[in-house]
Amino acid sequence: MRRVIAAALAAVAVYVAGIAAQQPTGAAPPQIRTAKQMPFPQKPDWSKLEVDVLPVQGKVHLIAGAGGNIAVQIGDGGVLLVDTGYEQMSGKVIAAIRKLAPDRTLRTIINTTLADAHTGANAVLIKEGRLNQAGPGLGQRPNEADLIGHAGLLALMTKIGRQKIVVERWPPSTFSGKSKDLYSNDEPVVILHVPDAVTSGDSLVWFRGSDVVATGEIFNEASFPYIDAEHGGTINGIIEGLNMVLEITVPKHNQEGGTMVIPGYGRIGDEHDVLEYRDMVTIIRDRVQAAIDKKMTLAQVKAMKPSPTYEYEPRFNRDPNWTAEMFVETIYRNLSTRK
Amino acid sequence: MFTARRATLILPLLLAGLLYSVPASAQVDFTGVWNGNTNAEDGPERAAGPSLVEFMGLPINDQARQWGLAYRPGRLSLTEHQCQVHVVHYIHRGPFGARIWEERDPVTHQLIAIHEAINTYEQHRTIWMDGRPHPSPNAPHTWMGFSTGVWNGNMLTITTTHVKQGWFRRENIPSSDEATTIEHWVRNGNVWTHISVTEDPNYLVEPLIKSEDFNLNPNPNSFNPFWPCEYVEEGERARGEVPHYLPGQNIWMAEYAATHNLPQEATLGGPEQMYPEYRDRLKKLPVAVFVDPNAEPTAPVAPAGRGQGAAPAGGRGGAPGGRGAGAGGRQ
Repeated sequence: MRRVIAAALAAVAVYVAGIAAQQPTGAAPPQIRTAKQMPFPQKPDWSKLEVDVLPVQGKVHLIAGAGGNIAVQIGDGGVLLVDTGYEQMSGKVIAAIRKLAPDRTLRTIINTTLADAHTGANAVLIKEGRLNQAGPGLGQRPNEADLIGHAGLLALMTKIGRQKIVVERWPPSTFSGKSKDLYSNDEPVVILHVPDAVTSGDSLVWFRGSDVVATGEIFNEASFPYIDAEHGGTINGIIEGLNMVLEITVPKHNQEGGTMVIPGYGRIGDEHDVLEYRDMVTIIRDRVQAAIDKKMTLAQVKAMKPSPTYEYEPRFNRDPNWTAEMFVETIYRNLSTRK
Repeated sequence: MFTARRATLILPLLLAGLLYSVPASAQVDFTGVWNGNTNAEDGPERAAGPSLVEFMGLPINDQARQWGLAYRPGRLSLTEHQCQVHVVHYIHRGPFGARIWEERDPVTHQLIAIHEAINTYEQHRTIWMDGRPHPSPNAPHTWMGFSTGVWNGNMLTITTTHVKQGWFRRENIPSSDEATTIEHWVRNGNVWTHISVTEDPNYLVEPLIKSEDFNLNPNPNSFNPFWPCEYVEEGERARGEVPHYLPGQNIWMAEYAATHNLPQEATLGGPEQMYPEYRDRLKKLPVAVFVDPNAEPTAPVAPAGRGQGAAPAGGRGGAPGGRGAGAGGRQ
């Protein structure tokens, strides 16, 4: 009888343990909040920065946190990168690629724009790769990963000069038309030139099989879009680029999913995220244009209440290097000098 | 003797199994088909929908107000906007029917997740009950977001992050993609009370707290999950055109206020409107005056109802919105 009682007590203990193993009751809800999208930190301690690696869709992954976002396509043919991040983060990017694709060779790198955050590690990363299995590389180049960019990008780098941008960062493989097609890892990869957007040498990359678009900086989840007017950037080029993305993307179900979008900075998106961003940039452009049409001076536009960017500032006015005021001023000068 | 020994082994195991299979007393089963209550406070938002510049009672900041004043309904006629879904902190106030079911481990029967299928725009959300973490800040956002739940006694508390940009009041006030919603689900018999507390660092000054009641439908087969949406071309627009009102040029700003004999300020929202003291201020404010932009110059000014007269291009009017492809209206 004592055995039975002991066993019954044990059964009750099992029950109690089972309940305890279930969801906690009476606990205060955890303080979980949606993270804010933040621009790359100012003067970072590089040693403390980490990259964040996420699958996007199909053969494409995202490496975030190395500067601008890096898209990684992996397949039997090797690894293709879109952008390379800051040079200071190259070691962590290489480690992340090796973890994602331990037995694959880096074959191709495509640059979307000029900034160090996107091209800074070009020289390091091309040496990590090989264009082919054996033999020489293209022309007289060593056998290293191919580096592709629009001819406008090479022109900008050439103009800026090797004192500021080492030659190894320049794309030796260029295209000068509207697009360049590749076939990489059993899927078409289309590089589309985005004229006069952030700069005059921008591109976006469309992985047609994986159904992913890497936009470069025309779409930035952490800031208003940067316009490098000194290097050919224009507000209307940015808007045209965003409209190009909207034409490419196809949502899967009720305006969600389907074609996934890797922005220049920030979280993975889809068509709707680009849509809201396009709407914002267009509305701001229209407001500045309306002010110009009314012959308002730049000082008057900057003093407008509400400002042209007013309702979007809580969400996107976060980069001290590219404030709402700088954005508006650039748009004003841009539209005022437009022929 | 043999029987007694067997009993000492089998009886406790049976007892353990029996006890283990009983749900924890703190947990409530929300399984079933639930329908919205259109006679309650939230009825207008379920049916006709709010008017333009009807921001009342929302604890919004000035930027959200400006977003709403710049909003032009023609924006929803853009093809990419037509199938836009109500985000999770709004959808429970839309036209609403839901089916809820549990997902349990087939061996241990522990609760892994609670699923909520919502017929508005065919949404399906998963509320994870297994303690998994929320995704990376770099992960995509969705209409329903990413939800985790815990039990607080008989109340289910859900935290939802990673929601897309949407609205706190449709066609009026935006919610940003950085909002977080805490829901509390309570069941009393056949009534499900749904309480939500939403924080938005970009557009809310104080948390937005809402509650709704849903009635259990006794027929589990009555749930219609289908809400097809396919966009259509609605008129011709220049490539990339985005309908909006320039600051200070919203021609409908005073319509709702004047129609209901309200001061303009009262319709513009703000946290102070949530407190009883605001009633004193309300009495001191002048009633708004609306001038119908469609009225003939010599005609007497009358409050315009929705869809009356010829709406300005990209403005109001158009066919009432049915399901799916937005025809100017919205459910």
